[in-house]
Amino acid sequence: MKLHEFQAKQLLARAGIPIPDGRIATTADEAEAAARAIDAPVAVKAQVHVGGRGKAGGIKVAKSPAEARDAAKAILGMEIKGLRVEKVYVERAAQVDRELYLGVTLDRDRRRPVVMLSTVGGMDIEEVAEANPEKIARGWPSPLLGLLPFEARSLVFAAGVSEKQRDPVADIARRLYSVYVETDASLAEINPLFVQKDGSVLAGDAKLDIDDNALFRQPELAKLKEVSKDEETEEKARALGFSYVQLDGDVGIIGNGAGLVMATLDAVRNAGGKAANFLDVGGGAKEEVVRSALEIVLANPRVRSVLINIFGGITRGDEVARGVLDVVRTHPPRVPLVIRLSGTEAEAGRRLLAGAPLGSRETMDDAAAEAVRLATQPVRA
Amino acid sequence: MSVLLDRDTRVLVQGLGREGSFHAARMRDYGTKVVGATKPGKGGTTQDGIPLFDTVAEAVDSTDANTSIVFVPAPYAMDAMLEAIDAGIDLVIAITEGVPVADMLKVTAVLETATTILVGPNGPGAITPGQAKVGIMPAENFSPGGVGFVSRSGTLTYEIADLLTRAGLGQSTCIGVGGDPVIGLPTPDAVRLLNEDPATEAIVIVGEIGGSAEERAAEYMRAEGKKPAVAFIAGRSAPPGKRMGHAGAIVSGNQGTAESKVRAFEEAGIPVANAPSEIPGLVKRALRR
Repeated sequence: MKLHEFQAKQLLARAGIPIPDGRIATTADEAEAAARAIDAPVAVKAQVHVGGRGKAGGIKVAKSPAEARDAAKAILGMEIKGLRVEKVYVERAAQVDRELYLGVTLDRDRRRPVVMLSTVGGMDIEEVAEANPEKIARGWPSPLLGLLPFEARSLVFAAGVSEKQRDPVADIARRLYSVYVETDASLAEINPLFVQKDGSVLAGDAKLDIDDNALFRQPELAKLKEVSKDEETEEKARALGFSYVQLDGDVGIIGNGAGLVMATLDAVRNAGGKAANFLDVGGGAKEEVVRSALEIVLANPRVRSVLINIFGGITRGDEVARGVLDVVRTHPPRVPLVIRLSGTEAEAGRRLLAGAPLGSRETMDDAAAEAVRLATQPVRA
Repeated sequence: MSVLLDRDTRVLVQGLGREGSFHAARMRDYGTKVVGATKPGKGGTTQDGIPLFDTVAEAVDSTDANTSIVFVPAPYAMDAMLEAIDAGIDLVIAITEGVPVADMLKVTAVLETATTILVGPNGPGAITPGQAKVGIMPAENFSPGGVGFVSRSGTLTYEIADLLTRAGLGQSTCIGVGGDPVIGLPTPDAVRLLNEDPATEAIVIVGEIGGSAEERAAEYMRAEGKKPAVAFIAGRSAPPGKRMGHAGAIVSGNQGTAESKVRAFEEAGIPVANAPSEIPGLVKRALRR
């Protein structure tokens, strides 16, 4: 789950990290009032859950409240990478001398958090890693001990932070690490971390992504969850216990188990088609499950055929087949279905499906080929 | 021979709820020795004929359990895993899905100083066909033999085990390492166990997008491989930045792509199947049958 910059900054400020004075605004009037209250040049920044706001014109500097008003008018309502801007953050413009990078995330290979510090700030850290790998200092604190003072000191020395900023940057690193831990973040990032002309250090931007699996113990953060239009179906699916990801093809996919569904998408691609979605129904695949999964997949107007790939394990293939048959009888779908059953009692399941108005195939490859073929046929009137 | 579990495996169930008791019964049906379960406050009683204990330590004292299987819900899973590690259990298999990453970082940090092997979480468990099953996989799809099998997924594992079994390729031990980004026994470590197991003649490695465990497994096999291996990577058509069901199945930036994994295996001389259906043929060819 992603937080907005202004939300992340509030959490940083709570942990004692210096941030610029700022206010949130949802109208041009509010933005003007915010700039007046700040009483200095401000930056008006779109609050959307995507990167690259600056390049897309979502950040404007305003020298007066009137300019802040115009900036907010221009930014509010614009679309950045398909997301509509509903809020702007109006904050005092910093007197920037240099930009640093500071971030904490997971190092999967080492199974430890990794703290990264660089004097090349303001850029995507992956680009820095590509172009100037030696410009990133890394440290791997023990998850049992946290980022210790000597580790933070080592980082500022290794990154080549100027003498005057060493102590404040090391201090901010430790505070950011505590935010990372306390919020169950998967990413806590200050980029850029400004060094101002007077030598003070300030969080220019802030990014905080929260581990969805930890939301049960982060009730305050869970409340901040925003569901964009794009994610509505994913949320609806999640409520049903499914895992759904929208893709851009036309073959709808339903399967049980994440790995099997991924393999099914790949089978569709191998057959020359493109999957419209990823949908993992999880354990079991009885009638109700199949029906709600079909509803979700068919809500996507691009879907031209649906491939159901179920491995009968603890849930037997014949039970799955009965579930699918009931759905087809009571709620005939608007596009052709292809079903492939494997595993326990798959043959019994296939026998049950023999007379039904749907394509049944024995192997994943054949079923994918058939679903792709059907997706390219003209739609029946 | 086999790895991780065999006829002498003595299993303790942590979390004998609906799912736990269902699978405990199926493990017993398979012949696995289920010697006890923990249920704080119910120690000294039994449930479905399984003796209950208040703590893992007591259960180990009374039953000589050497393995535990964890079904407890995600908020309590870290505690359950740490309790089993603290009690000196040799093998902990965690089925629980949805454990926070921060909890797994703590658990794996503790594992560094312990002798316990943790498999999972968010996996189907492990099975040594014909000897013991400590997990939730449907046993019918597995058969005894010489193919060692490591996988990050559940149903895809059953599917491939079924394909292997139908092709006459039985399995030594199948290890479902789990679909989370931080797990106890990552793919390369599981591959190492099978590489060093005399009963394993060939290794099937089923990976998916996200992380670089497959790349490390390929590197390990290139340097130390004693037997042929075949790989499959799920998610070759998945777009970057999207989590494909498993918490760990995500391409972040240029990290964790299927291309990188396929290339790593090919460079290590390990053939990569384009579809699960190709795996048995590739294994047979690798074994030169």
